[in-house]
Amino acid sequence: MLKKAQALFLRPLGAILALVSAVSSHAESAASQLNMPQGVTEVSQAAYDIHMVMMWICTVIGVAVFGFMFYVMYAHRKSRGAVAENFHENLIVELLWTIVPAIILIVMAIPATTALLKVYDTENADIDIKVTGYQWKWQYEYLGEDVKFMSELRTPQDEIYGREPKGEHYLREVTEPLVLPAGKKVRFLITGNDVIHSWWVPDFGVKRDAVPGLFTSAWAKTEKPGTYVGECTELCGSGHAFMPVVVEVKEQAEYDQWLADKKAAAAEYASTIGKQWTFDELMVQGEEVYNRSCAGCHAVNGEGIPGVFPALKNSVIALGPVVEHLRVVVDGIPGTAMQSFADQLSEVDIAAVIHYERNAWGNDVGDITQPVDVLNYKQAK
Amino acid sequence: MAHGPATLADGWVKYASRWLFTTNHKDIGTLYLWFSFAMFILGGSFAMVIRAELFQPGMQLIKPEFFNQMTTMHGLVMVFGAIMPAFVGLANWLIPMMIGAPDMALPRMNNLSFWILPFAFAILVATLFMEGGGPNFGWTFYAPLSTTYAPDTVNYFIFGVHIMGASSIMGSINIIATVMNMRAPGMTYMKMPMFVWTWLITAFLLVAVMPVLAGAVTMMLMDINFGTSFFDAAGGGDPVLFQHVFWFFGHPEVYIIILPAFGVVSQIIPTFSRKPLFGYSSMVYATASIAFMSFIVWAHHMFTVGMPIAGELYFMYATMLIAVPTGVKVFNWITTMYKGSLTFETPMLFSIAFVILFTFGGFTGLMLSIAAADIQYHDTYFVVAHFHYVMVAGAVFSGTAAVYYWLPKWCGKMYDETMGKVQFWIAFIGFNITFMPQHFLGLAGMPRRYADYGLQFADWNMVSSIGAFMYGAAQILFLFNVVRTITHGKPVDKPEVWEGAEGLEWTVPTPAPYHTFEKPPQVK
Ligand code: HEM
Ligand SMILES: [Cu+2]
Repeated sequence: MLKKAQALFLRPLGAILALVSAVSSHAESAASQLNMPQGVTEVSQAAYDIHMVMMWICTVIGVAVFGFMFYVMYAHRKSRGAVAENFHENLIVELLWTIVPAIILIVMAIPATTALLKVYDTENADIDIKVTGYQWKWQYEYLGEDVKFMSELRTPQDEIYGREPKGEHYLREVTEPLVLPAGKKVRFLITGNDVIHSWWVPDFGVKRDAVPGLFTSAWAKTEKPGTYVGECTELCGSGHAFMPVVVEVKEQAEYDQWLADKKAAAAEYASTIGKQWTFDELMVQGEEVYNRSCAGCHAVNGEGIPGVFPALKNSVIALGPVVEHLRVVVDGIPGTAMQSFADQLSEVDIAAVIHYERNAWGNDVGDITQPVDVLNYKQAK
Repeated sequence: MAHGPATLADGWVKYASRWLFTTNHKDIGTLYLWFSFAMFILGGSFAMVIRAELFQPGMQLIKPEFFNQMTTMHGLVMVFGAIMPAFVGLANWLIPMMIGAPDMALPRMNNLSFWILPFAFAILVATLFMEGGGPNFGWTFYAPLSTTYAPDTVNYFIFGVHIMGASSIMGSINIIATVMNMRAPGMTYMKMPMFVWTWLITAFLLVAVMPVLAGAVTMMLMDINFGTSFFDAAGGGDPVLFQHVFWFFGHPEVYIIILPAFGVVSQIIPTFSRKPLFGYSSMVYATASIAFMSFIVWAHHMFTVGMPIAGELYFMYATMLIAVPTGVKVFNWITTMYKGSLTFETPMLFSIAFVILFTFGGFTGLMLSIAAADIQYHDTYFVVAHFHYVMVAGAVFSGTAAVYYWLPKWCGKMYDETMGKVQFWIAFIGFNITFMPQHFLGLAGMPRRYADYGLQFADWNMVSSIGAFMYGAAQILFLFNVVRTITHGKPVDKPEVWEGAEGLEWTVPTPAPYHTFEKPPQVK
């Protein structure tokens, strides 16, 4: 009996106490977690400022209104012998409490407008970067620089599903962050590839929906190098919580170096397209690409999700002629969730993943799809 | 009528037929209320699944795919299944008794508008068990996630929404017809109780916007099955169009939810203050202007889609203005209490909590209306906190207050005051533990509809979940108290039940007979 009571009562109580102490011992880090960040750009600062002003106005009104209300609840209670009066109208006070709030609001509209004008001030940017939302990753393209890459979550599934302890940067780490130079005005041209996503970096004060078929622009300029983490904020399917935004702001010199390295890497990659890959090399590469880009829908075991996403194991396409398979992966199937991967994956990756799909989970076509085949298919179109 | 309604003693066939074929406004009101409570428990259990999963970082209990179905179903069931039918139920029970009418104007349609509802929700909930799972695109079902990328079951969802819409439209036509035609002699518009006024205005809102919702889902249906491209950019359509259409429905919808709640509170506060409602006519005008303005602010839900700045500014100013009539209502309620003779029975406690917490939600609403700041708040837990302050502490608290307030009139028995108060305090504290920390989470950067989150959000999520379980427990107590009142409550037979209660519904005997006001009363 006692044991039961302990289990029922003491244990949760202990948990709550532990929690309270955890919360208060985190007080320092928690303090920064209670309010909006001031951020590092003019826009984020403007958002913070007007947020604080509104909060104080609401606090003052709230204290006055609730204070009066609590006074009434104390002073005019029947148990203290209060006798009700019978008034129920007073034109003057009613006019007052319509007009005074209206005036406060009109005054507030002024800073609110100035702040918004800042958000929209996207002219005269030094750098243009195209940001595209994909299910469930971001693509960054440095316009005019020939640099383009995907940025996706790096936290392993084992950490998410509790099979391994969670790392310090749990869900805040990506394969490749967006890199920006400090002190330059950067304009983001934001769009979506499949469903609507939303690109948010709180420290920049930038949150903009990534809508398929629509380009909108936002901007950021900061003097402070550092790493800034954000999130996808528009529900975009099962990977919604798993496509963080990580931005690294570097000093100009470092940024230039990084850009040069990226270009060199791109040139080096171009030379591997012509290479003949072996069956096993492609399987290894293909498995990695598959698990990263395809397994979200078609499942790691290739069995899909019945009724929603088709299986690839034993499927007509995966076992059929390779052109059909290329067509599906490169062009996508219009009107369905199967998007075109032509832009998302390199030729090597497309070849590898097709190869993998044709030869994994008991599929045994046995042929080899080379990167050149993909290139040829693309060019033949 | 020679005989009363069938009871269980007449055999179950007769008893079941009574409820199936009833055209009595009281029976239909009862049906609506029980249905809505069932949906409240169902939607609440979805919320419990959400909060259990979010108790700690990492995926412990469910998969992200199912998590999305839970948030979607929670929202849909609570908004369309719990809150709206609850107020329709109250309208059915109370409007005829408040205006001195024998029944609703269109009793057969009344029966129909209730009985199609269980089917709509059966269809909707059944999708959870179908291949592909239930709707997973949020209660706002933005295209193309809800069209091109949706599970096949989306067609059932669309069908369900159509049925709910039809039910709401019929219900509101009935209310409009009743209020306009069936008021007792002498009951002029400006003598109607506030609850009747707020419902009349709400009914007009419903008739205006439910067809818009029907249009939105029909366009989805066409896009999915018949090759159109309303919302598909690849075919020349525009996903943003969906949002405009949805929120043209959706923003008035939130006032559809809250206006009848205003009405309830405007009935209860005067009673327990023993003093007439302060500023009756300004309350009517404020309600009407809120309703009108609700049509012209919809895009404040879209401050981050990248509208042109002129649009953004307009929607910001218009939204800020809504705070004015809303403030008027709050001031009127408080001034009603001023120099009254206050007592704090359970309905009054819930109404006072309503005023405080709804006002709090109004404050965050005002903050959200500032577009530049909303860019940081949008789609974070700050918004989740905001709308739960207005919808749960608003609509649900006032619904609870209404049940306690009129229950003695309905069943002729008094509820257990102590249990009611205990329930109130558990609900009040649990609610605040659940949703207050969500403000902090949102400001610190946690987006909504996240199945999992970074470690920096762990503490407040755990607190929030504990509060949610507490709030959930309060509802079980509520159910228990209501059932116990009906079966074992202390009988009441005074017509007015409450010392300070005014209005025609308190002039009929307690419990209210099956048929009331067969001869219209004379209102002076
Ligand atoms: C026990 C009480 C409740 C709890 C614990 C609760 C919890 C939650 C949570 C955690 C979410 C956020 C899910 C997410 O977006 O990640 C949510 C969303 C929502 N809640 Fe509640 N809720 C409760 C009661 C209500 C009630 C009574 C309503 C009725 C209006 C309601 C309406 C909504 C709506 C409309 C959403 C948005 C759904 C969506 O975005 O898909 N909730 N709720
Ligand atoms: Cu709104």
